Amino acid sequence: MTTFLGMPAGGGNLTGEPFPKAAREALGNAQLRRNLAKATSTIRAKRANVVGELPDWAQLRAAGAAIKDEVLADLDEHLVRFEEALTSRGTRVHWARDAEEANRIVCDLVRATGTREVIKVKSMATVEIGVNEALAGIGVHAVETDLAELIVQLGDDRSSHILVPAIHRNRAEIREVFRRGMPGVDPGLTDDPRALAEAARKHLRQKFMTVDVAISGANFAVAETGSLVVVESEGNGRMCLTLPRTLISVVGIEKLVPSWRDLEVFLQLLPRSSTGERMNPYTSVWTGPTEGQTSHVVLVDNGRTATLADPDGRAALRCIRCSACLNSCPVYERTGGHAYGSTYPGPIGAVLSPQLTGVDRNPTLPFASSLCGVCYDVCPVAIDIPSMLVHLRERVVSAKRTTPESTAMRALAWAMSDARRWRRLLGLGRFGRVASRHVPLPGWSTARDLPEPPKETFRDWWGSR
Amino acid sequence: MSARDEVLARVRRAKGPREVAPVPREYRAAGTRGPGDLELFAERLRDYHALVRVVAADEVASAVAGALRDRRAHHVVTAPGVPPGWTAGWVAGDATGREAQGPTGPVGPAGPTGPTAEGPELSDPAGRITSRVPLGGDAREALPAGRDQAGAHPPIGDVREVRRVGGGDAWAVLREVVEAADAVVTACHVAVAETGTIVLDHDAADQGPRLLTLVPDYHLVVVRADQVVAGVPDAVAALAGVLTQTWISGPSATSDIELERVEGVHGPRTLEVVITR
Repeated sequence: MTTFLGMPAGGGNLTGEPFPKAAREALGNAQLRRNLAKATSTIRAKRANVVGELPDWAQLRAAGAAIKDEVLADLDEHLVRFEEALTSRGTRVHWARDAEEANRIVCDLVRATGTREVIKVKSMATVEIGVNEALAGIGVHAVETDLAELIVQLGDDRSSHILVPAIHRNRAEIREVFRRGMPGVDPGLTDDPRALAEAARKHLRQKFMTVDVAISGANFAVAETGSLVVVESEGNGRMCLTLPRTLISVVGIEKLVPSWRDLEVFLQLLPRSSTGERMNPYTSVWTGPTEGQTSHVVLVDNGRTATLADPDGRAALRCIRCSACLNSCPVYERTGGHAYGSTYPGPIGAVLSPQLTGVDRNPTLPFASSLCGVCYDVCPVAIDIPSMLVHLRERVVSAKRTTPESTAMRALAWAMSDARRWRRLLGLGRFGRVASRHVPLPGWSTARDLPEPPKETFRDWWGSR
Repeated sequence: MSARDEVLARVRRAKGPREVAPVPREYRAAGTRGPGDLELFAERLRDYHALVRVVAADEVASAVAGALRDRRAHHVVTAPGVPPGWTAGWVAGDATGREAQGPTGPVGPAGPTGPTAEGPELSDPAGRITSRVPLGGDAREALPAGRDQAGAHPPIGDVREVRRVGGGDAWAVLREVVEAADAVVTACHVAVAETGTIVLDHDAADQGPRLLTLVPDYHLVVVRADQVVAGVPDAVAALAGVLTQTWISGPSATSDIELERVEGVHGPRTLEVVITR
């Protein structure tokens, strides 16, 4: 067992109800399951298609994993280099230990501009820290400009997918959300996706042209040059990055890549894994303030150093938020993202969230998996999620001290370590046949079928030949 | 301790001994795949529903003119460094045979015929944009009878320039002009055959600031054959040191509603590419 150095855990939107409880509710929603099954099967097929086109996918994947490991191995040096590069260009760099501090920084910067409204580029880090709620607290309305994030926001809902936050909503539901939540929308709005997108375009264009402060995240941050990269599809990112005079970018410290050249790997891995496209419609790169803007970067820890401190868990920080693991996961497909209770759902969420918050605040997530291994196969940076889940289960169990399960397992280990003891225990199997029908094992048998011990063990049969 | 020092101290405590293997770069690296395949590039662009015209190098002007005419563009802006020859075709190639007349000079807030815009930034030559806006009523009346009424061609444009660097008034003026435009013409820095991607360098005069290609609904890009590279690593190599970039792969699109692709959410709804052989 590794020693943990007691690095402070992260806060924000990373915990929810225990997974088994939340999942049970989700499983009762047939509409949700239909929406999810349709969406994830579509995107899985697209991904497989474009990944299959590249003869060097395996090599790109190996390079992607290695580059991220290289960043993590010297993260302090890369961060300092990144800060220097940005500062020399005129961007102000801020550091935040946790979600609360990051929000305070963003709120102070926004307050200084005097605006009552900000526009936002879709960003997981800002959802994680809950910046919208923090801004609301100082009377500033944050307008989500990604279509799916807008649907979630107008519906007073929560995101359920890293890439397609409104994946749990179908077109009819979205029309209702727009009719109720979008000011001035045509009451005759149909549920045709084109009409819905057009309604959003009109609604948001007015925001783009008038709101003067934007908040973004970044998909990648290049330590060598100070460049930030936003990968998107709709063009709302370009609007937010270009039009307002003040740009605040919230960046998790694990988003760094050492050099500009490294993007040659990630700009191939990300779009193909994420939306199943050869390339996403728009990628914006900027290096310091551009075209007269004032630019700020907020570097956020919020549990990332705690994750880094566990050598067996730190690979979760390689994640580039593509969501291929969500789309492939049989558990996610049935429960949806809300059941995970965290900004990061699905298999990656099951390993990332407990590490960011500490396993004590997310003890059920490492068990939210059947360990089938598909998530590892599709991960573009080769995060071995199944092994990490097992590792985290061990941490959860050891953190919980003694439970009936751990006592039983310890007793079993003691019996199995000696042939004579084991033989005697197997003899008790006959007693177990009777007992298993009458003795409930709560906590174990709720999620598992208890096999009935056989009438005759193999040893008995072999001995009687 | 400041947040900065504390986060860095945490990283140093957490990272442990360095035991990382060098990055294996066994994928198809830059320069290993020869030049970009123009056929493939055109095919990939069409996959994204971009419009594509492949022409000889000396046919750029007529291709641009044809595209703008088919688009029925009225207000066209171009990046300042775009060779005048490209858009000259739109005017000179018009069936009326007339050259653009109207004033040539900076556009001010007063509109197409207004005086030079105020603000010191406007005189900075680094950020010039040429804007073509239609002539006023007089010019229209001068058209040969029948042409205009038939609606076969957009009005003849005249050439204007707007310059901007920095914020303030110049930015507002630029926005006003660009918001009024219904088409924009630029060059590009590099293009990727395998992914059908075009990359703009916003510090290059013939590509212009980001706003220019963001707001108008139609973006026409001219790509030279020698700018088309095979794969993403080739493009990344060509873009080293370029500070502000936009990578464009087809028109703006969303799949947020039941993963059904809808084009033209916020960015230009139509992308047209003229490739010169």
